Amino acid sequence: MAKDNLDRDLFVPAKQDDEGSEKIQRPSLSYWQDAWIRLRKNKGAIFGMIVLFIIFIMAIIGPFFNEKGINDQDLGLSKLPPRVQGLEDVRWLGLDGTKSDTFEASSVEAAKERLRQRYTQRDDEFMTYDVKSDKDGSAEVTGYFHIYEAKGLQDQYYWFGTDTLGRDLFTRTWYGTRISLYIAFLAAAIDMVIGVAYGGISAYYGGRVDDVMQRIIEILVGIPNLVVVILMIMILDPGIISITIALTITGWIGMARIVRGQVLKLKNQEFVLASRTLGSSNTRILSKHLIPNTLGMIIVNTMFTIPSAIFFEAFLSFIGLGLQSPQASLGTLINDGFKALQINPYIMIFPAIVISLIMIAFNILADGLRDALDPKMRE
Amino acid sequence: MENILEVKDLNISFDTYGGEVKAIRGVSFDLKKGETLAIVGESGSGKSVTTRAIARLIPSPPGRITSGEILFEGKDLVKASEKQMQNIRGKDISTIFQDPMTSLNPTMKIGNQIMEGLIKHQKMPRGQAKKRTVELLELVGLPNASERVDQYPHQFSGGQRQRVVVAIALACNPKILIADEPTTALDVTIQAQILELMKDIQKKTDSSIIFITHDLGVVANVADRVAVMYAGKIVEIGTVDDIFYNPKHPYTWGLLGSMPTLDSNEEELVAIPGSPPDMLKPPKGDAFAPRNEYALEIDKVQEPPMFKVSETHYAATWLLHEYAPDIEPPEAVKKRMKGFAKTGTIRTSEEGEKS
Amino acid sequence: MAKYIFQRLVYMFITLFIIATASFFLMKQLPGSPFKAEEKLSAAQLEILYEKYNLNDPLPIQYLNYLGNLFQGDLGVSFQMNNQPVTEILMSRIPVSAHLGIQAMIIGTIIGMLLGVVAALYSNSVIDYASNIISVIGISIPSFIFAGLLQYYLGVELGILPVAFWGSFAHTIMPTIALAIFPLAISARFVRTELIEVLGSDYIVTARAKGVSNATLMFKHGLRNALIPLVTVMGPMAVSLMTGTLVIEQIFAVPGIGEQFVTSIMTDDFPIIMGTTLFFAFFFILIILVIDILYGIIDPRIRIAGGKD
Repeated sequence: MAKDNLDRDLFVPAKQDDEGSEKIQRPSLSYWQDAWIRLRKNKGAIFGMIVLFIIFIMAIIGPFFNEKGINDQDLGLSKLPPRVQGLEDVRWLGLDGTKSDTFEASSVEAAKERLRQRYTQRDDEFMTYDVKSDKDGSAEVTGYFHIYEAKGLQDQYYWFGTDTLGRDLFTRTWYGTRISLYIAFLAAAIDMVIGVAYGGISAYYGGRVDDVMQRIIEILVGIPNLVVVILMIMILDPGIISITIALTITGWIGMARIVRGQVLKLKNQEFVLASRTLGSSNTRILSKHLIPNTLGMIIVNTMFTIPSAIFFEAFLSFIGLGLQSPQASLGTLINDGFKALQINPYIMIFPAIVISLIMIAFNILADGLRDALDPKMRE
Repeated sequence: MENILEVKDLNISFDTYGGEVKAIRGVSFDLKKGETLAIVGESGSGKSVTTRAIARLIPSPPGRITSGEILFEGKDLVKASEKQMQNIRGKDISTIFQDPMTSLNPTMKIGNQIMEGLIKHQKMPRGQAKKRTVELLELVGLPNASERVDQYPHQFSGGQRQRVVVAIALACNPKILIADEPTTALDVTIQAQILELMKDIQKKTDSSIIFITHDLGVVANVADRVAVMYAGKIVEIGTVDDIFYNPKHPYTWGLLGSMPTLDSNEEELVAIPGSPPDMLKPPKGDAFAPRNEYALEIDKVQEPPMFKVSETHYAATWLLHEYAPDIEPPEAVKKRMKGFAKTGTIRTSEEGEKS
Repeated sequence: MAKYIFQRLVYMFITLFIIATASFFLMKQLPGSPFKAEEKLSAAQLEILYEKYNLNDPLPIQYLNYLGNLFQGDLGVSFQMNNQPVTEILMSRIPVSAHLGIQAMIIGTIIGMLLGVVAALYSNSVIDYASNIISVIGISIPSFIFAGLLQYYLGVELGILPVAFWGSFAHTIMPTIALAIFPLAISARFVRTELIEVLGSDYIVTARAKGVSNATLMFKHGLRNALIPLVTVMGPMAVSLMTGTLVIEQIFAVPGIGEQFVTSIMTDDFPIIMGTTLFFAFFFILIILVIDILYGIIDPRIRIAGGKD
């Protein structure tokens, strides 16, 4: 043993610093602070939040960005491709305000002729060409038709283009987003209120009441909501309110089941019993134990309801049961776009991108919230 | 007696988001043929990690054996390939886990779970393996064994499941049986039965057992030698007599002081103050010093080495250094030690005999 | 178990009865006449048609007739399609939809499972992130948008697959992909979560401690336990396929039951609407029942619980 190196003076009883060992290392956080910290670490959820924030803002102010109205029809301006200031030279983005097509023919001139016919042009004034290949007897030419110039709209910019009736798609897309979000939020809110009330009452009263209420749910669950929604829309004329009602007729069942399950579970859990034993009042048990532990699930479930409502609204438009023109939602816009898909795909692309972004953002945000609000995830 | 297992200066780390956790810091011990070594300590002291490392069952990542040797019959298991380990696990070294409720595959018949090892290691045909399985279930004291082989885990009670887990571990007559708190999750009466069962089987098969527990009562019952672990290190190791009659480390005093006995008259139990250190940033010097009322100034500066008390007994505390002041164990512990001497440490668990 | 199945069948019957009744009375509320498409009909001709279809009887009589016919499997005749019996129309349409749906379900689930297993085995790797992105996209983006993109790029731009209609295997490819994406995404995500949980469970450590090989560990202990719960998401999958067929068949002009349904909605052909509604409801309830029973059969824990019930 290397006793030579040791300082003899150190072999005395140590002074105890009592505070040191018992100090709690982490600051104590409330449930919501803790959940927020966990949510912030989730990059996907943050991405979802930012995307949704931007889309909400655009849904509110987007329709006022230009002087074009929602229903300003002008058949002379129909099917204009998108054109954005500053991006006119970036051809591959497709935002340069030209229509283009590629033809193969026996010679360059023959191909050009076919392009002229394609855009009903007599001369090359508004056409530019890009000769892809030119071998003996076979040529491939891409032609660009500068439709804005041809129509004398050099100073006009339709950022998302125009639809078949010449309406500005930028205005309509954000207007449609507003309607879709409105329907979705309304439906989700109604689902939440009915579901929480039904589930809460069922679990709170228990016994006979619960039995009857559960039998009703069991029967309702058997009815596919697809069928209910379609039947309801056929009876009520399609409109914002009737679509919302149709979506909520069976939509609340999921929420009711979740709330009931959670309240039943919590009611008998030991921390609730412990709290009751310690003399807590019902209000305190409700506000400190039952609500915080159920609220997370309610929020998460609502977050999943919203995209599904948006989907259903779009779906209804698609099978001809959506909002009627001149009203617009993302679903009707996509449906209109579909009819022109083969020649003018951009009519569908922009509302499709917006609806996809909304759906993705809501889903990943809801996933992130679910993980963040799950008390089991607390460390 | 020859050593069947020698662990030399084992270091194991876990890579977590918070940084590297040094879970095991230089653990050395050996295990003789036919003996039972108990490892005791608080939760998180590294008992389970050490024994899982022996069977190389530490998930990697995040776990890493950073240095050291685990010599099984002279062969270093740290360097063994996964294939070689698969041939050792279950056959030479097998493990009984803590929680019988979760350690059986819920969708596989009990019989198949036991047979798996037999078919793999002893190349038994299915029919023969099934016969042996029934024998094993009878050996571990499960009635109606021939019917129960075709049942699923959820059809068994906790104690019965633990018997099945024991049967799985014993299937191939392992040389080393690692029991990782095999009775913690069980009722007291069932605990005693399982302990009896393990002692019986050890007598029959002459295997060595490493027994992990934080229950010193169990240790007194089953062990030949005891290793006390704290914060990833062995702080004291010796025979049962050494540890119970002549404990040297203040942590061992603390453990003994906090152990209730039937024979002691005094009501008071002595608790060890504080909680184990955060292994993300282990304190400088002796990790136990902050909770140790007998700590010396040197404990804050330098970790104590292992001091030899006797041929069989070692402890890592500066109190054993020749410069150290003479410090006696606390009264409560001394009284307790006298109590052990009076009744004899090894009490057989009569209360568990009635099955 | 028998008692349980019987109880479920009773519920199934009640639900179907409610749907049949509700759809009957709701259809009666529909504005407009079912013959509005034929504008040239005179009042007298309309009267003959009404008489022919018993539309002049009091509502309760019509209802009882309807129920009576329903019990005999007679869903009435189409008003728009030359008096063809609805049952016959449905029967001719179902095989096409079933073909598409089953093909999409199988392909989607298998690819999704593989993706989920790989993602779980290499969790937090590039593959895992990619699989995660695929499943988020697949769950989020509506199938008709996929269908549109496929149709435009593969059909119109590249011209490698037929844009629409039904006939050869090539015709089935795009609708199948569009329909398969949701089951793929759901099963990939589900299998990943389950497998990670299973691989971290105690019994996997027990199995490793027995010395079983990695392959046995993975297939006998891991995958089996991870895949059993996959059955529970088959319900939502089937529902999404049902919803999906309505639009997908419409987009690709597939002569299936969904396309027929949408056409009937546009033309107010309510015997077909009611027939299809009932069929969808029946199919949905049946699927849920089959899934519950199947789950009981393959999971020994449920099996016993069901037996005691």
